[in-house]
Amino acid sequence: MSGKLTPGRLMLMAYVYLVLIFVLAPIVVILPMAFSEPDYLTFPPEGFTFKWFGAFFGNARWMDASVFSLKIAVLTSIVTVVVGTMATYALMRGAGRLGTLFQGLLIAPIVVPHIALAVALYLFFRQTGLSGTVTGYVMAHAIIAMPFVVFTVAAALSSVDATLEDAAMSCGASRFDAFRLVTLPLILPNVLSGALFAFILSFDEPVISFFLAGIRDKTLPRMMFDNIEQNLTPVIPAIAVLLTGVSILVLVCAAVLRRMAQSRSIPAEEG
Amino acid sequence: MSMAGFLQPDGRNLSKAGILLLMAPFFLLIGFAFLYPLLSLLSISVTEPQTGLQNYERILDTPVYGKVLLRTLWIALLVSILSLFLAFPVAMAMVSSSGAMAVFITACILLPFWSSVLVRTAAWAVLLQRNGIVNDLLQAIGIIDAPVRLLYTQGAVVVAMTHVLMPFMVLPIYGALRNIPPDYGRAAAICGAGPLRSFFEVTLPLAMPGVLGGFILVFLTALGYFITPALLGSPQEMMIATLISQQLREFLDWPFAAALVGVLTLFVTAITLLFSRVFRFDRMLGGQV
Repeated sequence: MSGKLTPGRLMLMAYVYLVLIFVLAPIVVILPMAFSEPDYLTFPPEGFTFKWFGAFFGNARWMDASVFSLKIAVLTSIVTVVVGTMATYALMRGAGRLGTLFQGLLIAPIVVPHIALAVALYLFFRQTGLSGTVTGYVMAHAIIAMPFVVFTVAAALSSVDATLEDAAMSCGASRFDAFRLVTLPLILPNVLSGALFAFILSFDEPVISFFLAGIRDKTLPRMMFDNIEQNLTPVIPAIAVLLTGVSILVLVCAAVLRRMAQSRSIPAEEG
Repeated sequence: MSMAGFLQPDGRNLSKAGILLLMAPFFLLIGFAFLYPLLSLLSISVTEPQTGLQNYERILDTPVYGKVLLRTLWIALLVSILSLFLAFPVAMAMVSSSGAMAVFITACILLPFWSSVLVRTAAWAVLLQRNGIVNDLLQAIGIIDAPVRLLYTQGAVVVAMTHVLMPFMVLPIYGALRNIPPDYGRAAAICGAGPLRSFFEVTLPLAMPGVLGGFILVFLTALGYFITPALLGSPQEMMIATLISQQLREFLDWPFAAALVGVLTLFVTAITLLFSRVFRFDRMLGGQV
């Protein structure tokens, strides 16, 4: 397959452009609606206003939900990265049969549909009083995000030479210091991009948010779900504009981290 | 960055106690907030209101519920097939392009990963509404005379779910295609195979693990999908996830909802185990970030 412009390749590219239009169109269509005057969603947008951003930032319920979701996402990202990195490190340092169990349990939340986990937690959290609490959401989101963090961290750990830790320890460093001062700096870009990924997964997570929400403590996705289901106001496109901005920012951060990871993996390969 | 031996243990080993200590938080978390809740939910499905399989019998004996199961399977299959036909050429274009073009296609495929499912579902609600763009477009071309109902139909669910899940098909196929040495295509051409024959006899068979992996990933995700059917689907044509939600939240019939979760979970687990050899999550998802 070369880049030459044969008729076959021309047809392929035409088809691919159509698919890309299908992929992008809904996103491209909804964003300008954030600046449209009328109370309903219409395309092309009519007039120009920032009032829907005002409606979002000026409404206590939207703000409470956003802060609540941010809090959950930050904590999820911290919990997932700490718990995930500890377990992944153990896995890569000779976990044996426990490692097999770990990998099985790690994959399970990807296989089991989110609706199943959501219903199970809905029931369990009602009995234990964890419904609608930050703790409850963070545990649920950490379970969903864990595999992605572990895969990312494991990819970095497998390219770090373990003899570096040996060297540190034979110079008198403890195992923890050897990890903290030698290995951790080398895998840090992947750890951080795992944290970013966990943050996004939690912040966007709609299904568990839907079932675990109490009457008062709603996450941002749950508030959005209710708005879309009931009347679909232009606040949703306004949020879409904000979320897209954040996503692009995060993507740029992730690209920078990846570049850092690449530049750091070179000494390990030489060693 | 070598992906070989991805999750294999290597390096200087820790003591048994050290490993247990480091893994303990993970096991506690997954035990407390995943295994125990899921197992107790499944046990409710066979112990309440009485011990036995009557909740499962009810699913099979009531035609309405059987229909929901069949519809769910059908929609998931349709979404997977549509995704495959959209995704394969895109993956091919990603492999064969270079420079700015490759970056552009990759960004288009990855951007939806980072944009909210709810936003995309809302976008489809806007596009498909009675006075929406799709209706305008269809009238302009002359396919329809008056606006038709597109929203709250099975078609809306299939289109929006394909839109959301298609990127999950592109990545595994892209991974498989990228690993095919370009020499193979050239060798086929030298041996006299045309582009079509070379595609069907060389490229496609070698890409099969990626195709199968992507297909199963999309199919299984679609089976349990909740948000899109709940917002864009018709209440008369439920999928299993929306039925579970209704039984749980409107009828408060926990044991029956638990049995529906049981059916879904067992089915999904069985398919995963059946295809566990092609279904390598670490390979499919590890390169995503």
